[in-house]
Amino acid sequence: MSNGRSMSRTWLPPAGVVVAALLLWSVAAALHLYPESVFPSPRSVWAGFGEELRSGRLFGDIVASLFRVGVGFGLAVILGIPAGLWLGHRAYARAALVPAVNFFRSLSPLAWIPFAILWFGIGDRPAIFLIFLAAFFPLVLATSVAVGGIPSVYFRVARDHGFSGWELVTKVTFPAILPQVITALRVTAGLSWLVVVAAEMIAGRDGLGFAILDARNGLRIDLVVVAMIVIGTIGVVIDRLLSGLTNIPSARWGYER
Amino acid sequence: MSDRPLMVNRLARSYGPVEALRDIDLDIRRHEFVAVVGPSGCGKTTLLNLLSGYDQPSSGTILRKGRVRMVYQQDGLFPWLTVGENILLGLRGVSDEVERRRQLEELLTLIALERFGEHYPHQLSGGMRQLVELARAMAGDTDILLMDEPFGSLDYLTRMRMRHELVRMLRQCPRTVVFVTHDIEEAAQLADRLVVFSERPGRVRCELSIDLPRPRNLTHPIVVETVRRVLSEMGLENDSRDGRGVALPTARAV
Repeated sequence: MSNGRSMSRTWLPPAGVVVAALLLWSVAAALHLYPESVFPSPRSVWAGFGEELRSGRLFGDIVASLFRVGVGFGLAVILGIPAGLWLGHRAYARAALVPAVNFFRSLSPLAWIPFAILWFGIGDRPAIFLIFLAAFFPLVLATSVAVGGIPSVYFRVARDHGFSGWELVTKVTFPAILPQVITALRVTAGLSWLVVVAAEMIAGRDGLGFAILDARNGLRIDLVVVAMIVIGTIGVVIDRLLSGLTNIPSARWGYER
Repeated sequence: MSDRPLMVNRLARSYGPVEALRDIDLDIRRHEFVAVVGPSGCGKTTLLNLLSGYDQPSSGTILRKGRVRMVYQQDGLFPWLTVGENILLGLRGVSDEVERRRQLEELLTLIALERFGEHYPHQLSGGMRQLVELARAMAGDTDILLMDEPFGSLDYLTRMRMRHELVRMLRQCPRTVVFVTHDIEEAAQLADRLVVFSERPGRVRCELSIDLPRPRNLTHPIVVETVRRVLSEMGLENDSRDGRGVALPTARAV
């Protein structure tokens, strides 16, 4: 089988589904079961999309949302993975802290919205705070559980070959959990992208979440759909980018065993 | 180099009230292959943990001379490293880069996996992985190899082949070996000396020397006789003559 053919085989079915969905949507809109102001047609959404692009607002909103997710999620990764590594290596600390971590993980970050506004006002900071909360606790938990599950023989072998301290963490512990960390990154990046929309609806003056709210207030349902499509598409792109990490040669073992 | 790299004197190990090993005396000569057999839970692995220094004895002494490496029964290769990188772990003590590369090539040749240096362990069969384990343990001029049922997780035929591979590797690169197994045939086929452990607390029940060059056929009379003697020591074989009045299976050419 040629590579070109296998490529088209993987791309064709999802592309077909998209085309079919657009057709279905067009037909439903053409039937005029609901007025255009409640059920916009693909044509009006496309027109709205062009309008938003030309005004530059869409681009500004995308940048604002991506910036918040980048900072909030980035902070969660920088702090959460080391915290998880530390917890994973210390059974006592794990026993003490995991219930608390689990508590905060189970608490929807949206429950923090009142505090986010009280503490950080409106704009980037409350959204970053909420995104951080959404990603940090699951990352800590996933990392520490993964460390706890490393077969003890790896540490025996590491000891036999003179690994200790920092080198043990970077050369043994971290690579041993890398496949699970990548999975956790994908899940938490997705969570962050969900949370930014909600955060911007309530504590934002720009961003894709705010764009939805703003469009609804202006009775521009077509622009709501524009923002929805952009949000979903970017979410897919983020996941595709992170799933590229699973192709790192030293992580393949975690997906092929 | 001492001719007694491992000397064990009145060694004992207890875990709380549980006595795992009692009064073990064992002198192992340089390049001797000692197999330790016994019922499961008799302290064989405890012995290896003590010999490697991973665990400390409750009483008694171990004199150990030279570099010790352990070969584990489960997959001890790091799955995130290639075959070559795994073996290089064993060569961490070699400071010269060129020399390290040369020894890596030598070890890959020794296990006949020259073409697999860039492969990852999960791309190899169980037998090949265990060969890489052996190469990693032998790397860097290890003096003493401690093997904890290294072929225990392999299928029967692979296990048979691995015994021959081990014999061949040791002939090229002689090492002092302490080999723990519950497979008495394996022990009889490989060892210069067979140490039979009793049930817990593990003690040396008897020792058998096998003066027969390797590789040995599993069906060699001395190997078969050794297996019979070990089994009867362990109370698993009747001492009455075998084979009397039994119809032996006959093979027919097809």
